[in-house]
Amino acid sequence: MPDASGLDALVEQLDEVHAGSVLAASHANGRAEIQIAPASNVAVLQWLYGQGYSFLASLHGLDYYPHEPRLGVIYELLDMKQVDRVSVKARVTTDEPRIASVVGIWPGADFPERELYDMFGVQFDGHPDLRRILMPEDYEGHPQRRDFPVGGEPVLFTHNERDGYGADR
Amino acid sequence: MSAVSDYRRREESVTMSSESAGMGETHELLTLNIGPHHPATHGVLRLIATLEGEVVRDIKPIIGYVHTGIEKTAEQKPYWKVIPVVERMDYLSYYFNAMAYCGAVETLLGIEVPPRAQYLRVLHLELNRIMSHLVWLGTSALDLGAMSMFWYCFRERETILDLFEMSSGQRMHTRYFQVGGVIEDIPVGFAQKVRQFIDAMPSRADQYADLLEKNEILLSRLRDTCVLDEQTLLGLGVTGPLLRAAGNPWDLRKAAPYSSYDHFDFKIPVGTVGDNYDRFRVRHAELYESTKIIGQALDGLPEGPHIVADRKVALPPRHELATSMEALIHHFKLVTEGFRVPEGECYYPIECPRGELGCFVRSDGSAKPARVHMRDPSFINLQAAAPMVKDAYIADLIATLAMVDPVLGGVDR
Repeated sequence: MPDASGLDALVEQLDEVHAGSVLAASHANGRAEIQIAPASNVAVLQWLYGQGYSFLASLHGLDYYPHEPRLGVIYELLDMKQVDRVSVKARVTTDEPRIASVVGIWPGADFPERELYDMFGVQFDGHPDLRRILMPEDYEGHPQRRDFPVGGEPVLFTHNERDGYGADR
Repeated sequence: MSAVSDYRRREESVTMSSESAGMGETHELLTLNIGPHHPATHGVLRLIATLEGEVVRDIKPIIGYVHTGIEKTAEQKPYWKVIPVVERMDYLSYYFNAMAYCGAVETLLGIEVPPRAQYLRVLHLELNRIMSHLVWLGTSALDLGAMSMFWYCFRERETILDLFEMSSGQRMHTRYFQVGGVIEDIPVGFAQKVRQFIDAMPSRADQYADLLEKNEILLSRLRDTCVLDEQTLLGLGVTGPLLRAAGNPWDLRKAAPYSSYDHFDFKIPVGTVGDNYDRFRVRHAELYESTKIIGQALDGLPEGPHIVADRKVALPPRHELATSMEALIHHFKLVTEGFRVPEGECYYPIECPRGELGCFVRSDGSAKPARVHMRDPSFINLQAAAPMVKDAYIADLIATLAMVDPVLGGVDR
């Protein structure tokens, strides 16, 4: 992890190159995190790629319900040479959950972005094949959102194709 | 049209976007469904393969058949009750799942794990790594037609499971790791049993090599098949033995040591070209290295507590409950509500048998996590299967799938 001063320097440089892209930066629990404007995610990640953070270790989402903007998209970047990690976070609203896809930079972002779309309903513009990945194709809703209820959901079996649930839905 | 038949219709109309049209009058592409129930897929993995004769032009993995919503379930439970749930994700590396999760929670709590607990963790993690590689080796050899390997590998695996049963009472999903340490110290006689195992293991691994390395069928099926270079693998996010087989010695145990891994002397096996044979050799060589780490962890096992003394996090010892009112209160609070974790977010990566296993935990200050996410290496590595098998024979597809070693419990979570 860059230490607190290293993060400050990184953020300063980033702000010079892409003005207005950085919303906040924090250093807690040994983890450096840069919060960016969702519109500038590709530019910022491309710049960080050039700075050595060239491995996308993880891409995941979370829901900050009830805080707005609710949805968070987190890119855990890794510099394998310096053994250094930095997290980049972009927050989008549930009304307009759109962010640009990073499949162009990392082909490996394909499955994680589909998972995020599936679980949180974040639309990744420019993703080649944005479909549900873990839930069934006809599933309604995005189950990892915090306001999505647990349990009580009818299960699709072949025997109730004929009658009961699903027949005339 | 009803929702169900609409679903069936859409399922049937899955298109292969990369399909090249205009193959002429004598050739056409064949779309073949493999799985989800197929022994060679090592779980409930479904592949839609586009074949031109015997050559694979494209595969599309379809996953989610064993999706159980573990990440959602974890949000409903107190921190300490999440451990057995996340253990069931990647069902061959349960100690690693527990380690990643406990490590993340410990980071948020700011807990320093006692040295003895760190060593006991390493001991069990490496036993688990050997166990996971043995299941991989046995089932992969089975896919390639070597039946007897399966029995030999599972013989050693049984020994390891017996060891797990001895230290924790369970053979699988042991819940041995706790937030702050391990649940209890190793029992009398455990160290001796482990020593017997690590004395035998290198010669057993030699035997596997003797059986497989001189087998012409196996060699010709693995050598120079389905090569993928290092840069492509890095772009796809691949880590673990698959990346090391391509010559990149990236291993979190060396690069960013956690749980006292910097105390141990071991090597990182790497491959040269990144074909299926290298993938096989790297994992096989890791059997020896893990055995070495276990021996060193036993030799250097420090004295001291096996879990933190902080009663707000760790359960008090059983005997104190009869005499100490305070211990009883702590016990009651921990078992009913659980401990609270200060607000924050944490990503804790470890080296699992299949690559980087990272656990992301967000705490909102309550006794339940607000988000638990596992970056499971099987899920990410599966993306590399398609570029690997492109323009290879369908028989190599089976071999490659075995060498990628996806565990579908981890892929689908």
